[in-house]
Amino acid sequence: MVEIQRQEHDVLVIGAGGAGLRAAIEAAHQGTRVGLICKSLLGKAHTVMAEGGAAAALANVFPEDNWRVHFRDTMRGGKMHNNVQMALIHAKEAPDRIRELEAWGALFDRTPDGRINQRPFGGHTYSRLAHVGDRTGLEMIRVLQDKAVHSGLDVYMECTVIRLPVVDGRVAGALAYWRESGRFVLFQAKAVVIATGGIGRAWSVTSNSWEYTGDGHALAYDAGAELIDMEFLQFHPTGMVWPPSVRGILVTEGVRGEGGILTNAQGRRFMFEYMPDMFKGDFADTEAEADAWVTGDHKKNRRPPELLTRDVVARAIVAEVKAGRGSPHGGVFLNIAAKRDPEYIKRKLPSMYHQFKELAGVDITREAMEVGPTAHYAMGGVKVHPETQAATVPGLFAAGEVAGGMHGANRLGGNSLSDLLVFGRRAGLGAAQFAKAHYTAPVIGDSEIGTTIARTLGPFERAAGENPFQIQEDLRRTMHDNVGIVRDQAGLERALQDVAQLSRRAAAVGVGGSREYNPGWHTAVDLHSQIIVAEMVARACLERKESRGAHTRLDYPDSVAALERVEVVVRKDGDRMTTRQDKQPEIPAELQALIKPDVKEGAA
Amino acid sequence: MTTRVFRVFRGQRDVGQLVDYSLDCDEGMVVLDAVHRIQAEHAPDLACRWNCKAGKCGSCSAEVNGTPRLMCMTRLSDYPAEQPITLAPMKAFPLIKDLVTDVSWNFAVNQRLPEFQPRPPDFPDGTWRMYQYEVERPQEFRKCIECFLCQDVCHVLRTHQKHAEFIGPAFLTRAAVYDTHPLDTAERASYLKEAGGIGYCNITKCCTEVCPESIGITDNAIIPLKERVVDRHYDPLRRVLKVLTGG
Repeated sequence: MVEIQRQEHDVLVIGAGGAGLRAAIEAAHQGTRVGLICKSLLGKAHTVMAEGGAAAALANVFPEDNWRVHFRDTMRGGKMHNNVQMALIHAKEAPDRIRELEAWGALFDRTPDGRINQRPFGGHTYSRLAHVGDRTGLEMIRVLQDKAVHSGLDVYMECTVIRLPVVDGRVAGALAYWRESGRFVLFQAKAVVIATGGIGRAWSVTSNSWEYTGDGHALAYDAGAELIDMEFLQFHPTGMVWPPSVRGILVTEGVRGEGGILTNAQGRRFMFEYMPDMFKGDFADTEAEADAWVTGDHKKNRRPPELLTRDVVARAIVAEVKAGRGSPHGGVFLNIAAKRDPEYIKRKLPSMYHQFKELAGVDITREAMEVGPTAHYAMGGVKVHPETQAATVPGLFAAGEVAGGMHGANRLGGNSLSDLLVFGRRAGLGAAQFAKAHYTAPVIGDSEIGTTIARTLGPFERAAGENPFQIQEDLRRTMHDNVGIVRDQAGLERALQDVAQLSRRAAAVGVGGSREYNPGWHTAVDLHSQIIVAEMVARACLERKESRGAHTRLDYPDSVAALERVEVVVRKDGDRMTTRQDKQPEIPAELQALIKPDVKEGAA
Repeated sequence: MTTRVFRVFRGQRDVGQLVDYSLDCDEGMVVLDAVHRIQAEHAPDLACRWNCKAGKCGSCSAEVNGTPRLMCMTRLSDYPAEQPITLAPMKAFPLIKDLVTDVSWNFAVNQRLPEFQPRPPDFPDGTWRMYQYEVERPQEFRKCIECFLCQDVCHVLRTHQKHAEFIGPAFLTRAAVYDTHPLDTAERASYLKEAGGIGYCNITKCCTEVCPESIGITDNAIIPLKERVVDRHYDPLRRVLKVLTGG
């Protein structure tokens, strides 16, 4: 047995983005001994890339906004498939979480009367996103980071978790390795929160960083937890498309929120032609009306169709490109210069200006951007209790992107940053209470971790084995080609065959060099998670025989009313991945009444 | 497509050398793309940090032809194709391996900075009012992505290795966030003078030049902080008062 360093905590939080930091802060404030594990350095997690803002019904810009409207927007955006209780808790608690961030030092942009300003975003009836220019995520992570390091908790940086040992049916901690030394470390804990983010690195074109390999999804799966909604992967409509090296990098929805328009190669503003029935009447019919709304006349005019939900906009872009009306590099045009003056653009969208100027040589204050869809966000994830965020395995909690349910079939922009805060806090609280109720942490025996260590070190014994980067590349290609924005049975079955073959290749992967800071080895280890999540998504997509939100089946193009409240559950059964369909709880009548389109927004 | 040579530092702790890699490069590539291509095609164990690849996380700091830069925001087309591009780790921090350095000192410094302390809320509902013109000053410093390039180029740290006595431009900028924060009430001048070592900075502005976020580190953060420290500690009237009140 290799020598293993040991650490002990009451609550162990895996992941240090918005959700993990908020969970860790809460658990520490509850008086538990907290360990916080980051895969990268502290403050570099994917939250830092979030641009547009955090949605909360603060009603600072529109006094008529309130949690009921936010709840309704979230449910309609999620195509009625959301976990109702989570959508409700989120809408009610988001304003407090944003104000709390301000009390911890956050510097949001202001309204003229000195309150937190809010910007419009897709799918939100009112201007609702608290923001800091287009770097809201950076502000959030820095505030939480500074709060966390002054909360008396231990931070473990550049540490990758590879297994959650289960003892007597309870998650008992985490096995991990240090990137710097390649040595193993075993964390014993009474409760574990996973807040590891998403899975986008399994697709060729993605806005996600290298860390987004679905570690938490795979760790929970291996520990026996159930996952839901894995077929719902959001493709953000606007990623960069040119030059090739930046393909997929996010272009914030804030560009459209600030008035940016989408046009095709013929110069036509095509979104007017893609209005779904559910939203008819809520959006402007003419360019003149949309323009009037953008310039501030919200009372008499309706929102521009560029602010439809992300699933709708992404599909519209794909349709335009397919019809031969795309931009030179296979996207469409996003133009803010036509609607705002250069100074305004630089002030409200500084990092977009910088990003296009530096990476593409495009001045967005004068020219249109070329954009196209990019794999962005996993709505699906670990099935959790809506109040405590407890997973289906005792001792395990999940928050943020890795948790499923909150966003249903499609997430609204801005609802992620508020989700992180609301459910990060609840997960920290839930885990702290669980830890207090269970005095001892289960003792993890060597047998629990031996096979994982052997699997993890395996690549060094096969120095002549296959290159891990090649396997990852091939996985990303098959997921992009076969499990992209539009799917069909043949493609999904092809993807499953490819994933099975890639799994065999991954078992024979080889790396050279030492265990010290070896990216080839890190990639080889990450393949385990990536292959699990790829299989999960493909299987869940096959299981859902309809189109809903972010899940579009060419062979089942319509939504099926009977499937609206049915969720696909994925879990491990022995060595096999199984799926089943579960009925979601009925939406209570009083909440149903809030969602119905005939309820006038703002009604108390 | 052009073929370019990359001269990359390979090594651990005290030992290492520059190794040449020849790559086919495409239009629009940045230095970080080249590093990834070297990993995929030649040296999977080449160590480098990166996350967002969009200039927002500040992970991929290194020295490109001797200049501290983010590799993800450095386009190959800015360099002549026929000359090799040299990549080396940041010099102000201990080397771990290849392009990765031990930056943990920075996190320890941040933890010691006096925490943000807001004034009591302006309203019974626990909220405050702040105006856009008030938040814009600290917002400039908040753009910091903790790439530590300013720390790397600062001669107090790079050349004189005063890490024990000087917190560096990055954390003077962090202190400036809270010091210019409209709600903050904490007293930082003494900390900055003593443990922070602000006197070591002789405003050569090297930090400002390398900042990828174009923060006015020297002019907008450090110089006003220096003035506050001077006001606090060397104001003759205040010294008399101090003697009289024993404070």
